[in-house]
Amino acid sequence: MIEPNFAGGLIGGSLIGIASLTMLLLLGRITGISGILTGVITWNKEGGLSWRAAFIGGLIIGAFVYQIVFGRPLPIEMQASGPLLILAGLLVGIGTRLGSGCTSGHGVCGIARRSPRSIVSTATFMTVAIATVYVTRHLLS
Amino acid sequence: MKTPLAALLSGIIFGLGLAISEMINPARVIGFLDITGQWDFTLMLVMGSALSFTLIGFPLITRKAHPILAEKFTLPTKTTLDMPLLGGAVLFGIGWGLAGLCPGPAIAGLASADPSIFLFVAAMVVGQVAGIGIEKTMIKN
Repeated sequence: MIEPNFAGGLIGGSLIGIASLTMLLLLGRITGISGILTGVITWNKEGGLSWRAAFIGGLIIGAFVYQIVFGRPLPIEMQASGPLLILAGLLVGIGTRLGSGCTSGHGVCGIARRSPRSIVSTATFMTVAIATVYVTRHLLS
Repeated sequence: MKTPLAALLSGIIFGLGLAISEMINPARVIGFLDITGQWDFTLMLVMGSALSFTLIGFPLITRKAHPILAEKFTLPTKTTLDMPLLGGAVLFGIGWGLAGLCPGPAIAGLASADPSIFLFVAAMVVGQVAGIGIEKTMIKN
């Protein structure tokens, strides 16, 4: 087993939960990141462009703050490159659009709303992702 | 002015959480999904602690008449379990399993200035645009 990051997981996960509650309490909206990104890409002014752009900017600023506060680069160890990375990005983009959400919207907020759609979605993408890793890491390598 | 600032605050907390929890790290994500390999349960702590806040907080907050800075709550309204939901979750799951990146961590990861993250985000945006196109075709038919 790989050494788990206990403190980071618990503190970071709590911050993610608190961020979602902050959005709901102040603006009454879901922190569904794929959906917020869609709103920015399509320049959707009806649903509100400024708050979506501000949230996306905030995500990047938050990661910058980490680098400044902890004085170290972001913990990012890429696992795919080249065409495989592009394919993965395309699938994540298409899939989150058609499936109306991702890990944040369905996984963190939707389950909290006891939404059957989100529970089914999260169970599905988790299972498929586990199967994908099994195929790529164990069957093909 | 308060609306984008509130979203910015939520985004910064969220981005910081993604970095501290290492949800931003594809190696941690793949390690979590690799249940038959050297399983890394950090992400279970992340999801668990985020959900412990949202599961309790969401029902309490939505009981209020309206959010602090908006007239009403804007929550997802779809309730049907349909093919786009399932198919989208499958495609997203494959992409997530291939690269270990989902939308939030990919966007926050831009702060690392790693060119491969930019490549992934670009592919994800193209994927979302394609997804929007597919949705429009489905509505027509």
